[in-house]
Amino acid sequence: MDIVVENLTKKYGAQRAVDNISFRVKTGEILGFLGPNGAGKTTTMKAIATYLTPNEGDIHVGNFSIYENPDEIKKNIGYLPENNPLYNDMPVIDYLKFVAALQGIEKGRIREKILHMINTCGLEGEKHKKIGELSKGYRQRVGLAQALIHDPQVLILDEPTSGLDPNQIVEIRELIKKIGREKTVILSSHILAEVEATCDRILIINKGKIVADGTSRDLRKQSEGHEILRVKIEEGDKNEIFKALQGLNTIGMVDFMKKDETAFEIQTKPGLSSRREVFNLCVGKGWILTEMTPIETKLEDIFRELTMN
Amino acid sequence: MRAIWTITMRELQSFFDSLMAYIMLIAFLGFSGFFTWLFGADVFFVKQASLQSFFSIAYWTLFFFIPALTMRQFAEENRSGTLELLLTKPVSDWQVVLGKFLSTLVLILIALALTLPYYITVASIGPIDHGAVWSGYLGLILMSAAYISIGIFTSSISNNQIVSYLLALFIGIFFQIIFSLLSSNFGGFIGEVLSFLSVSTHFDSISRGVVDTKDLLFFLSLIFLGLILTEANLAKKRL
Repeated sequence: MDIVVENLTKKYGAQRAVDNISFRVKTGEILGFLGPNGAGKTTTMKAIATYLTPNEGDIHVGNFSIYENPDEIKKNIGYLPENNPLYNDMPVIDYLKFVAALQGIEKGRIREKILHMINTCGLEGEKHKKIGELSKGYRQRVGLAQALIHDPQVLILDEPTSGLDPNQIVEIRELIKKIGREKTVILSSHILAEVEATCDRILIINKGKIVADGTSRDLRKQSEGHEILRVKIEEGDKNEIFKALQGLNTIGMVDFMKKDETAFEIQTKPGLSSRREVFNLCVGKGWILTEMTPIETKLEDIFRELTMN
Repeated sequence: MRAIWTITMRELQSFFDSLMAYIMLIAFLGFSGFFTWLFGADVFFVKQASLQSFFSIAYWTLFFFIPALTMRQFAEENRSGTLELLLTKPVSDWQVVLGKFLSTLVLILIALALTLPYYITVASIGPIDHGAVWSGYLGLILMSAAYISIGIFTSSISNNQIVSYLLALFIGIFFQIIFSLLSSNFGGFIGEVLSFLSVSTHFDSISRGVVDTKDLLFFLSLIFLGLILTEANLAKKRL
């Protein structure tokens, strides 16, 4: 099921939390929703999950509109809200039973569904504990289990890995990837590495507007103006090397690396490459080039560039 | 229908899991039993085979206990955010409201059912007006339902359980006693209106054994009003 968001606007008082955004998520795609706090990620997801009514615009999930068939959307969506709210006084298994019944799963199949979810989400040892007694990682799994129990076509996950330890993050990520193959998934996060690792496509929003949309490679390309190299040159006077490097006409800027006396960071002029020039220079002068590493523009930098004004 | 029942069962379970239900049952049976059998204008003092003394004490104990049961229902879900999860499941706001309403009503019905031995005992001591007993129970059930819907409404207003408890008592006390006190001060039309608005007027007439449509209409409209305001409150949160 595709998700189509058209001209969605949501105001809180005078403030526009989401300002006229449109996008489409295709079946089988995992979309990463990135943005600083308060950018409108959660609001958008709540609107897709039919919890919030937008001021303007429409959302379709499959053929259903949030205005006309909210119940059909609710049946086809698995939603994990921010902070993963759960009934703390209920045992895991009772809670899953409750959710399964609400989702309209036939009585005879509830048991089988619950067992399946307990296996998929690794809750075997905790199924009789009260949710309030679980650690954060297991709570998160219960949150995922309740979102997945009716085998929804669409998954909306709001910060599914927040507050987890690194091992748990990897596990949940794998789980999402595994489940996400046949489903349409939107997940939000402000951890960039996570989005890069899990998602096929990234959508960055800031102040309620979409500022970037594409794969992580696309985004990199967009902001890649110039090549950055880290080089290490030995057997020479560092000031002399510095001057010689700056003399090369492809090079825009040279910087000492702080810790290492023999290492430099070179920024090439836009559209050019200076790897050959640097090599030839060293050969000519008899210096020894021990390292040359192209530095990739990090997603963090792109993110900062797009969201800081 | 199944969704409503699912929610009702979960709420009931949570009443029993949190001991709330047991505390309420024991306190209710304790209070009403003490004043029906042992103290004050009890059955032996009145020297009549009637449950009037039970009904008048239950009238007050339920008034204080019901908001304590309903205060949690939406306030807690609001505070912890589980309401969002519940409302994004394929259930309507109405189903959620009715499910919660019914769960408290079922608990009150259990409490009242446990007082049936009082009835049996009194009936075995002397001649009892069976009609009056049953309509007395009907009065208690209708009154409870009305206060439950007020309690659920105040619970949907606030995230804080104490606030919703006090608010329910505050609204409830007008229907419970203030309107009827005021009505005796005002004469004429205003007095009539105030007397009609008072729960005690209708409860007294029902518990005497006279079930009038006017009384039924009063309770049903109070219940409906509370539930519809709760539903409106839920809808407002999503705007």
